[in-house]
Amino acid sequence: MAAPALAIYSFLYLYPALTNLLYATQRWDGVTTPEFVGLKNFKNLLTNDDLFLKILGNNVRFSLIVVIFQTGFALLFATFLLKNTKTNILLRTIYFFPTILSSVSVGLIWTFLYDPNYGFINATLKAIGLDSLALNWLGDSKYSLYAVAVTQVWFHTGQMVVIYVAGLQQIPAELYEAAEVDGASRWQQFKNITWPMALPTTAVVVAYTTIQTFRAFDLIYSMTQGGPLNSSDLLVTMVFNTAFVGYKFGYAATQTIFLVLLVLLVTWLQRRVLRIDDGGKK
Amino acid sequence: MLSLFAAAVIVPSSIVVLGSFKKDVEIYTKPLALPETWNLDNFRTLIDSGSIFTPFKNSVIVAVFSVFFTVLFASLVAYAIARSVTISGKVLFGLFAIGLAIPGQVNIIPIFTLFTKLGLNNSLLGLVLVNIALTLPISVFIISAFFKDLPKEMFEVASIDGANHWRVYRSIAMPLARPAIGATSIFLFVICWNDLLYPLMLINELDKKTLPLILIDYRGEFATSYSMLFTAIMFASIPMVLMYVFAQRSFIAGLTAGAVKG
Repeated sequence: MAAPALAIYSFLYLYPALTNLLYATQRWDGVTTPEFVGLKNFKNLLTNDDLFLKILGNNVRFSLIVVIFQTGFALLFATFLLKNTKTNILLRTIYFFPTILSSVSVGLIWTFLYDPNYGFINATLKAIGLDSLALNWLGDSKYSLYAVAVTQVWFHTGQMVVIYVAGLQQIPAELYEAAEVDGASRWQQFKNITWPMALPTTAVVVAYTTIQTFRAFDLIYSMTQGGPLNSSDLLVTMVFNTAFVGYKFGYAATQTIFLVLLVLLVTWLQRRVLRIDDGGKK
Repeated sequence: MLSLFAAAVIVPSSIVVLGSFKKDVEIYTKPLALPETWNLDNFRTLIDSGSIFTPFKNSVIVAVFSVFFTVLFASLVAYAIARSVTISGKVLFGLFAIGLAIPGQVNIIPIFTLFTKLGLNNSLLGLVLVNIALTLPISVFIISAFFKDLPKEMFEVASIDGANHWRVYRSIAMPLARPAIGATSIFLFVICWNDLLYPLMLINELDKKTLPLILIDYRGEFATSYSMLFTAIMFASIPMVLMYVFAQRSFIAGLTAGAVKG
C-alpha cells in the first residue's frame, strides 16, 4: 500500500539527498564533466570564503530578529485574543490573512510600501514631517536585511497567533481563577502560569518560525535579490546563486549540506533549551 | 496595540485591492482613497494580453494534481503505518520523518540535474512529482497522527467480517479521515500554488510558467506601473482569498495542522 509513496519519495527525495553528498565532493559547472576534488569544497567553505561568513551572519541575525519579534508578538496578541468572542475571532482572521498570500505577492506589496519615492511608508513619513526617517529601505545595505525581516514578521505572525491561541486555550481556567483569588497581578499570572504552561507551544512556534526564516528564498528573491552588496542575502539564496548564476554546482552542494546541518543543529538546540517533552502529552 | 497590527494588515491589502482599479498616479498621491473611477483598464490589459491565463491554468493543474496524488499516497502510507504492529511500520514512519527534519531545499541541485537528464525540466509533470515528494513527509505525519487517534476497534470490526485492508481503507479509514484530509489538502494546495523556488529553477519556457513566476516577470515588465502589479497580484491571490473566505475554519486548521500536540 505504501508502494507509490515510497517510490516517489525515495527517488525524488532520499536519493537526491544522497547524490547531493556526492556532488559536494566535486568541482562541476553543470555542463562539462565533474572533477573529483574530495573535501576541498568543505575546506574552502570553512576557511576561505568571506562571502559565506557574511551571509551566515546575515542569516543568523535575520532568524534571531524574526524569531524574537514574531514569537513575541504572536504570544502577546494570543494572550489578548484568547476568548472566542466575535471581535477576537474577527481580529484573528485579519491577522491570519497575510499567510495565505503567495510570498511573491507579499514581496511585491512590500516593495511598493518600501519604495523610497512613491512608497506608502515614506509618503506617510514625509506627510507628517518626519522626512529624515524616510530612508531607502530596500536599497541601502544598512537597512535591507531588517526591512525584509519586518515583512517576514508581517507575513507569518498571524499563523503563529493561531497556534498560540490553540495552545493557550488548553491552560485550565481554574489556574487563573485560583491565582486571582490569591491576589496575583496580571503580570504575575503571565509569568507563573501562562509562560510555563505555554512552553511546548512556544517551542513549536520558535521551531516553525526558525525553519521559515531559513526558507525565506521567495521573499528575498522578489524584494531585494540579496542586495545591495549581499546585505540581505541568506544562505538559501546564496546556494541558489552559487549554482545557477555562478555555475558552481559542486560548491553549491557543499553549501547545501552545511545549511542542512545548521538547521538541524539550531532545531536541536532549541529543543534542548525549551525542553520539549517528547513523551507526548495527551 | 492590537488594532495597530490589524491596521498593518488591512492598510496594505486595501492599497493593493483599490490600487488595481486606479491609475498609477492615483496610487502615489491617494493610496487609501477609493478610486475616482473604478477603472477596469488594468484588468482588461492583463486579460487581453493573454499572458495571465496560461500561468493561471498551469498553477491550477500543478496544484490540483500535486495535492490529489500526495493526499492519496500519504493516506495509503499513513494507513499502513497505523495498522502495522511490526517494526516495519515504525521504519516506514521514521523514513518519512527524516523528510520532516530536512528542509526540501537541500535537494535543489540534485533534482535539477536529475530532471535535466530525464527531460523533466520545463514540464508541469516534473513540478507535480517534486511537489509530491516534498510534501509527502508532512502529509504522512498529519494523516497518520489522525489514524493513530482512531480506536483500533473500528478497523478490527471490519477485518473480522472478512474485509481486506483495501476495503477497510476505502470504506472506513478514509471517510473517517475527512477532516484531516480536508485540512491537509488545503495546506498543500496553498504551498503548491505559492511555491517559487522549484518552478523558478525548473521552468524557463513561458508557456509552462506558474503564477509566482509570472509575477516575477511582471516585476520587470511593469516596473514603473504598480497598478498593473497590483492587478496581477489580485489575479494570483483570488483563489486563495475565495477559499479563505468560504472555508476559513478548514483553512486555518490546515495551515496550523500538526503544530499543536494534543
